[in-house]
Amino acid sequence: MRYESQRVAMPYFIFALILFAGQIVFGLVLGLQYVVGDFLFPEIPFNVARMVHTNLLIVWLLFGFMGATYYLVPEEAQTELYSPLLAWILFWVFAVAGTLTILGYLLVDYATLADVTMNKLLPTMGREFLEQPTITKIGIAIVAVGFLFNILMTALKGRKTVVNIVLVTGLVGLAALWLFSFYNPSNLTLDKYFWWFVVHLWVEGVWELIMGAILAYVLIKITGVDREVIEKWLYVIIAMALISGIIGTGHHFFWIGPPEYWLWLGSVFSAIEPLPFFMMVLFAFNMINRRRRNHPNKAAMLWAMGTAVMAFLGAGVWGFLHTLAPVNYYTHGSQITAAHGHMAFYGAYVMIVLTIISYAMPIMRGRPYGNSNTAQVLEMWGFWLMTISMVFITLFLTGAGILQVWLQRIPESGQALSFMATQDNISLFYWMRLVAGCFFLGGLAVYFSSFFIKGQASPAEEVRGPATEDA
Amino acid sequence: MAERFTKSMARNIYLGGSAFFVLLFLALTFDTQSRAMPERDNRDQITEQVVRGKHVWEENNCIGCHTLMGEGAYFAPELANVFDRRGAGDSEVFKSFMNAWMNAMPTNVPGRRQMPQFNLTDQEIEDLAEFLEWTSKIDDNNWPPNIEG
Repeated sequence: MRYESQRVAMPYFIFALILFAGQIVFGLVLGLQYVVGDFLFPEIPFNVARMVHTNLLIVWLLFGFMGATYYLVPEEAQTELYSPLLAWILFWVFAVAGTLTILGYLLVDYATLADVTMNKLLPTMGREFLEQPTITKIGIAIVAVGFLFNILMTALKGRKTVVNIVLVTGLVGLAALWLFSFYNPSNLTLDKYFWWFVVHLWVEGVWELIMGAILAYVLIKITGVDREVIEKWLYVIIAMALISGIIGTGHHFFWIGPPEYWLWLGSVFSAIEPLPFFMMVLFAFNMINRRRRNHPNKAAMLWAMGTAVMAFLGAGVWGFLHTLAPVNYYTHGSQITAAHGHMAFYGAYVMIVLTIISYAMPIMRGRPYGNSNTAQVLEMWGFWLMTISMVFITLFLTGAGILQVWLQRIPESGQALSFMATQDNISLFYWMRLVAGCFFLGGLAVYFSSFFIKGQASPAEEVRGPATEDA
Repeated sequence: MAERFTKSMARNIYLGGSAFFVLLFLALTFDTQSRAMPERDNRDQITEQVVRGKHVWEENNCIGCHTLMGEGAYFAPELANVFDRRGAGDSEVFKSFMNAWMNAMPTNVPGRRQMPQFNLTDQEIEDLAEFLEWTSKIDDNNWPPNIEG
């Protein structure tokens, strides 16, 4: 860590991980409600638990992105952060607002929450993932503006690297697209169309820039490969992401009202959406194979490879699986969608945040070469337990989805099973998903425990120059 | 990557490619919204009641369990075609179904998925029914494949 102000990333990472734990606990509640329908009813109905689960995910990923930004932008720009104080103030504003919103979901019923937050004045609530009260949405926008100001002032006064440019472009895009969350026309088809400007253009657009920049930064640090090479890869990857992903938004326009040409546009362009993720796999493995140093933080390297592979599987392969319009006609809004959503978010965004945490956290804790071997082994156990559990969650949901399509969607009206009858028939898959979810929680506990192991890796563990055996 | 392929070429592909596709996307959005959608979403039939119904839908977080046109949570049935499924395409039948259904919740059958009691007024239930009826008539390329949604 070259600049003292990078340390402001620490509270962001810690708070992100706390929210992550909350997200997983509510995920298990939902998994149980899928099979024991009245579990915690009426205290925590499914819709409330789901809102907490998804909103916690979004908020902790944002905390993770902000932490990553505060950590890497000063180092890339070779200057101290413009205002560490502003970063601290915004941390508390966002943390308090986020916590209050989640408590609001849990403690009062949603209609009351809408009422007391005066949703009537500017109705934005009650839409998937954008359930936050309007006042929270305004708060997020204000935090984003303050954050961007701080980051831009830092980036502009220092060295302008490609990593910084791409990261800041992604963050500006994230903030700008958030404004569509305030647009909620009374015409449902318009509402849905522009809702995707937030949701799709985030996760299949600007967030990929953020992910690419963080991955590139960590690879520069742990492989020692020439920045020029890494930056070239980064440009090609984000070029492919935006070239495929922007018109790829069309795969959401198939069945919500827009005209038929979107069936073609959405299918063709989203069929190339796996490409940037595949390139990230090549990128990560290539850079690691060509490494000029053997960084003793092996755990960070594992996360970097893991995020590339899992993002490709979850976002790329599982996305392609149901993205072509003739397939999507049957799978749209089924458990296949849920399977894809879980692995894509975990692989691309959860794991990239855990990658930068794995790299930066030890440094901020005064362990420049990484955690001790014991801590790293434990962290890697956490990695494998969580990742394999997520693979199984995805496989079981895919099984459930295929059966659901077979029973409920493919037969003609009259012969098809009803939604609820279908759910009864596929409950075995939900039980297995729940078991996999419990293993995920176990993996998370192991991962957390790795933070409490003392000691650090020593520079002696690093072999500089050409690596000894396998280079 | 080969040395002939330089970083500035990569950057130009990124800048040119994304600028082109952003513009194309905006043009397509303009065409979709100004030319195609008015014919497909029956916007002339969005009455005061439909608008109020959409607010009832939103302020009770219905999307937290149900899907609407396939989007939402996958815990409870699709509702974009519930007008056809439960109302047989008849407004009066559908309204009386909605009234009976909303007032009968929750069923309290042990172990079954439960829908909360939202304590909606008769007017709110009727608004919601109007919203769902209007929604069922959007031209959505014939989705879902069958009546079960």
